[in-house]
Amino acid sequence: MEETNKMEEPNKKEEQTSTQKIGIYLWIWGLLFVLSFFSYMVDWYQFQGMLRWSLILFFMFLKAGLIMAFFMHLFWERYALVNVLLWPMTAIACFIFLMNAEFQYTLFSRFFYFVVGGA
Amino acid sequence: MSEQKIDGFELKPGFKGMASDTGSDQTMFKGVHWGKAMMWIFLLSDTFVFSCFLISYMKGRGSTIVDWPNTSEVFSLHVGGVPVPLLLIAIMTFVLITSSGTMALAVKYGYEKNRKMCGWLILATAVGGLTFVGMQVFEWSKLIHEGVRPWGNPFGAAQFGSFFFMITGFHGFHVSIGVIFLFIYTYKVFAGHYDSKKRGWFTKMKGDYVEIEILGLYWHFVDLVWVFIFAFFYLW
Repeated sequence: MEETNKMEEPNKKEEQTSTQKIGIYLWIWGLLFVLSFFSYMVDWYQFQGMLRWSLILFFMFLKAGLIMAFFMHLFWERYALVNVLLWPMTAIACFIFLMNAEFQYTLFSRFFYFVVGGA
Repeated sequence: MSEQKIDGFELKPGFKGMASDTGSDQTMFKGVHWGKAMMWIFLLSDTFVFSCFLISYMKGRGSTIVDWPNTSEVFSLHVGGVPVPLLLIAIMTFVLITSSGTMALAVKYGYEKNRKMCGWLILATAVGGLTFVGMQVFEWSKLIHEGVRPWGNPFGAAQFGSFFFMITGFHGFHVSIGVIFLFIYTYKVFAGHYDSKKRGWFTKMKGDYVEIEILGLYWHFVDLVWVFIFAFFYLW
């Protein structure tokens, strides 16, 4: 609860104008440029394997988080809205998990019947 | 960003606030304009549509026994005879982020009732979006010219084309719709519809700068989707 109180604090201060300071937008904007540049560098230097995938995912989630939190103002919204929007994402995570199992089975079947030639 | 004061209702912070907001026997999203709430619900459903595309792409790419085309080479541009990997895609990404930044500032200036700044920034956003769509048209025509089709391509697994055209096409469609609305809202802002509280076309709702934030939500979402497409389709 301590943390959430802190999060609400800037909102109260800004209530008269109901906008944030311009600095925060410029900072996020700059960060997005830098992060995009880094994710392009992942391809430029041709990182491979786990390093490549983890870097791609890291920069992707960081960028997505910054856009949603600050450009789309979720950081300043009330939890009633934020939670309604974010919890359904777990369904997508489940779907990814299921289809992950599915494509491995399909791949196995294709190797087994097309390459190996069946039993 | 919403007005936080509701008469006769104590707004509590954090999860306690979520419980009391939800169980208040009133509107659940306190101080959130209904248009904004509806835009968020639309974006949530759109998230599911794009997720289905990207998940089917994962499934298709993961289950093919033919090698997937090397996107780094397929999407490279030749600058002075030297192939630069993903150059166009990188430029498109930067253009879209630029337009996202101008949109965020437009929302800010809108709430400050700075009509001119808001208008110019939305116009800049629209121009950025138009540039993005233009580069996507170039990218598509280049790939079609090289023989990429939804049913096959000369670089590798046949599924590549169908996923490419479907995913980037659906995203490009979103950008195009966004650009049209950005131009309309540029006009509406410059014409002062949000200062004079002029009503919209299909609604009795009085014009208000909150509409710029709603438009901004859509535009940031388009940028957000591109972040995922860039990571999964181009970089992976």
